[in-house]
Amino acid sequence: MDENAIVFHIGPLPITEAVITTWGIMALLVLACWRVTRRLKRSPDGWQNVLEGVVLTMQDAIEEIVPGRSQRLLPFVGSLWIYLVFANLAGLVPGLHSPTGQLAVTSGLAILVFLATHWFGVRESGWLPYLRHYVQPNPILLPFNIISELSRTLALAIRLFGNVMSLEMAALLVLLVAGLLVPVPLLMLHVVEALVQAYIFGVLALVYIAGGLESHTATNPDQDNPS
Amino acid sequence: MKDLSLFALFSTVGALGAIALGVMFPALAMGRSISKALDALARQPEAEKSILRALFIGLAMVESLAIYVLVIVLIVLFRNPLLAYLLK
Repeated sequence: MDENAIVFHIGPLPITEAVITTWGIMALLVLACWRVTRRLKRSPDGWQNVLEGVVLTMQDAIEEIVPGRSQRLLPFVGSLWIYLVFANLAGLVPGLHSPTGQLAVTSGLAILVFLATHWFGVRESGWLPYLRHYVQPNPILLPFNIISELSRTLALAIRLFGNVMSLEMAALLVLLVAGLLVPVPLLMLHVVEALVQAYIFGVLALVYIAGGLESHTATNPDQDNPS
Repeated sequence: MKDLSLFALFSTVGALGAIALGVMFPALAMGRSISKALDALARQPEAEKSILRALFIGLAMVESLAIYVLVIVLIVLFRNPLLAYLLK
């Protein structure tokens, strides 16, 4: 729980352990993808198959929630999914901590989702129609809509942070009271939880974005604000 | 010193009570939602995908309530902001 472990400074900017881990994950992903996609073949084999499978699965999942717009949303939501899976699982590597176990990282991701909601919504329907959905059934609801926007962003950040941090902490506590190999079942739970939380973060981001996209059509109003 | 031990006692009891209640009620809510989802699944097995997706999102929402309680409890136990006034 050394959340502000500063490794070194770049000028006045302190670089913490979470940033280094994130850079490492980024470098790993970019290098792996670059190596695999250097020589693309028309009939994929080996790692190219794996990558295409991953991308297609994510595209299908997005297509189910937001039909017809998966091409536009795939870069953002897919990046969230892939990064979160690796970031959550990084805590299992000895000597590393999950970057997502720190509130600063998850807040950053949640703010990105918050901005992306408005970005995609405005791009889809223009400024005025997008802003109009805040006063849609009745202008009295405006404060509630704004509060719900903010609180769901906060909830997104706290949920991921709390889950990852509490799992690491639980393993640590069990190690403290029990012994060397006893936390292993908890670490297995960590694997499941890491995948589930990454999935849920991405799906919630997707649902929020879908709510922004569908704001001007208001086809299914009961589904566009689940917080 | 008396004050400090009382403070430790109350914050520990408060934290334990909070986490007990804060796990109990989300657990009830999750049980309800899972049983409803299973009902719906038994009635319409072909709607499995959308039911499960809604279930997962709902469970995440409910679970975050328990996580809020956990975060508050951890703040009370490890980083209590009121402790500074007591030790001053």
